[in-house]
Amino acid sequence: MKRSVNEIIEKLMAVAANPGQAVKEACAKSGKQAVGIVAPYGPEEIAYAAGCLPVGLWGGQVELKRVRAYLPAFACSIMQSVVELAAAGTYDELSAVVIPAPCDTLKCIGQKWKGKCPAIHFTHPMNRKLDCANDYLTFEYQTIRTKLEAILGRKITDEALADAVLFYNHYRAVMREFTLVARDHLATISPTVRHSILKASYFMDKAEYTKDIEDLIYALRRAGPENWNGKRVVLTGITFEPRELLEILEFYHVAVTGDDIAQESRQFRTDAPYHKSPLQSLAAQWQNQQGCSLAFDPFKSRVHDLVDLVRATQADGLVVGLMKFCDPEEYDVPILMEAFEKAGIPLLCIEVDQQTTAFEQIKTRLQGFVEAL
Amino acid sequence: MSEINFDEMTSKQMLEYLVAKNMEDARQAKAKGGLVCWSSSIAPCEFCEAMGIYTVYPENHVVGIAARGGAPELLAHAERKGYSNDICGYARVNLAYMDVQKCISEEMPLPDLVLLCNNICETLLKWYENIAHTLNIPLLIVDVPYNHESEVTEENVAYVEAQFKRIIEQLEDITNRPFDYDKFEEVMKIASQNAKDWYDATALCSAVPSPLSGFDMFNYMALIVCMRGKAECGITFRKLKAELEEKAANKICGLKGAEEQHRIMWDGIACWPYLSHTYKVLKNHGVNMVGSTYPSAWALMYTPGDLNGMARAYTSMGNNLSLKGQIDLRESIIRDTKCGGVIMHMNRSCKMCDFLQHEIGEAVTSDMRVPITTFDGDQADPRNYSKAQYETRIEALVEMMNERKREGGGQ
Repeated sequence: MKRSVNEIIEKLMAVAANPGQAVKEACAKSGKQAVGIVAPYGPEEIAYAAGCLPVGLWGGQVELKRVRAYLPAFACSIMQSVVELAAAGTYDELSAVVIPAPCDTLKCIGQKWKGKCPAIHFTHPMNRKLDCANDYLTFEYQTIRTKLEAILGRKITDEALADAVLFYNHYRAVMREFTLVARDHLATISPTVRHSILKASYFMDKAEYTKDIEDLIYALRRAGPENWNGKRVVLTGITFEPRELLEILEFYHVAVTGDDIAQESRQFRTDAPYHKSPLQSLAAQWQNQQGCSLAFDPFKSRVHDLVDLVRATQADGLVVGLMKFCDPEEYDVPILMEAFEKAGIPLLCIEVDQQTTAFEQIKTRLQGFVEAL
Repeated sequence: MSEINFDEMTSKQMLEYLVAKNMEDARQAKAKGGLVCWSSSIAPCEFCEAMGIYTVYPENHVVGIAARGGAPELLAHAERKGYSNDICGYARVNLAYMDVQKCISEEMPLPDLVLLCNNICETLLKWYENIAHTLNIPLLIVDVPYNHESEVTEENVAYVEAQFKRIIEQLEDITNRPFDYDKFEEVMKIASQNAKDWYDATALCSAVPSPLSGFDMFNYMALIVCMRGKAECGITFRKLKAELEEKAANKICGLKGAEEQHRIMWDGIACWPYLSHTYKVLKNHGVNMVGSTYPSAWALMYTPGDLNGMARAYTSMGNNLSLKGQIDLRESIIRDTKCGGVIMHMNRSCKMCDFLQHEIGEAVTSDMRVPITTFDGDQADPRNYSKAQYETRIEALVEMMNERKREGGGQ
């Protein structure tokens, strides 16, 4: 019997609210070992092909104590909390962590990993459109594969990798479909619900998660489209947490019709294309990634893509959740502001800090923005 | 140019003349329809130089503005445009300058193309993205992947080398001329020799007392940044070397009017808005800054004609090394220049300079038992520096170094 919309949403929201417990349960259920993938991008497929549970490490709301000795206050809050959690032993049960280096902060965090589990580093090439970028990243991914094999004590076969790439492409297609269907259900798929559903993907076996999303899409379609009389916005940024930020949107009756959030749609909007080998496919996926502040792009396709997304989803405006102390995002803001002014689309930029506890100022700014829409 | 006789000039006079001339040449070229490139400071200058493209350096330009106290109005302009004040001060000042084209220092012509190499930091990627996008001009990039392990991999070098071919194609397209391989080979020889001359001259800081203060070295740096592809650069550094050798032979210290009582390594970029203050406080304590990562940063030596070697040189420089590489580099500087203490600049503008400081400091303290102090500052934004904090920190460092001397350790 098909599950109801509410049943599935409740399950996924519980996962997103209790990541540690969810990962433990997923490992116990499947007998898999967990491998951490530090935000924003890592080749989850390699860990999946190794028979592991890839877990996304995106920080969280945690009191910053230990990290104060290791990092000055002007590191982004997401990496502050990742270091804090690592130093506190939260990630010690992981078999390994994979750490990318797309910005100066992550380059350093990778070098000073404070967790007990082994860290595997890699670097994304930034001159992405050249063939040599594929060669280089394939080598980096091969190194991750070899190191993971040594840690786990088992081979990761080409066949398992190819299967993982195919499966992840399916998962990504399902996720894109979900974000489309969600636009017709803005009352049910509220900003907090939408975010929790997407976030749950980091703490569950992807096969089970994908099935949940497929069932959710089915149940939403069966229920039929909903009317929405409130305002509609697109979100952009690295993350849009803490949850209170989304609750403010809900308070003012604002729905999210689309996103360009690194933790959300940027994860699944680009497939791994057919290539000579599975690792080359994964490398080509990075080459094809578009519109992300962390993927070098002198043409700033993010700007046009966001204007298009706002228009295509009939949103009233764009809300930039600017991760505090995140250089790659901060450089894009003036360009976005200028482009959106030219396009006549309202834009609000609010600062995102995972450790924020006072939201009154943001609430006032969002209220003003919504009233002006 | 024909009226200038370098033989009659000191290296300092040559430095001032050549840096000013480089900018003037670029301005004149721009006025006559020539091509001007804005380049990051440790990008391969060899390509544009071979094609007769005038290259100027935003980082160096901002240094001139910041050191003359002209940064605040440009910083304010950048912030009005929406740039967060968390962003690198060099970038903010330069992006504002691109907009207003007016400053307290030399005026720099707008670029027809930009060239970046991210071997010093990733912030350059975004900064130069913004320039290229705003001015709608071609962007040339040499992406050097971060060396996260202690070895520089062959794959990293091969990736960098392959990008050189793309740059040559882009330059042929931009100039509508075939790439000048003969000139390129000649420039490679010059650049490699200049790198050696720079290193040889600044390495004389190891003499006791050091004939060169690191603060003077900061000034000479303008030449290795801006003119590494030109022969006059090497002439200047050879002259500087001869001057320093003479001073060393006569035991003349680089601190003007003070004796060298302590030798320290400066870790990080200069605090340009307060260059004079940072220098004088040290001088008043008889502290000579003799160690820094700058001499090795431009020691980009390779065999001319060897593109693979050239790629290796650009991807192996200091900032692009793993934590272990960065610790090893600093420990060898401290040893070679006989430093008894370290000053770490917690530079609000540069995450790459700052975020490994804790681990580097721990390692250096444990391996070499050298006292370390840090201070808060900024390479361009004067708001992030406190004279009182700097003075107190240096006093404490000097006390620690005195204590260590009394115990018979250090230097």
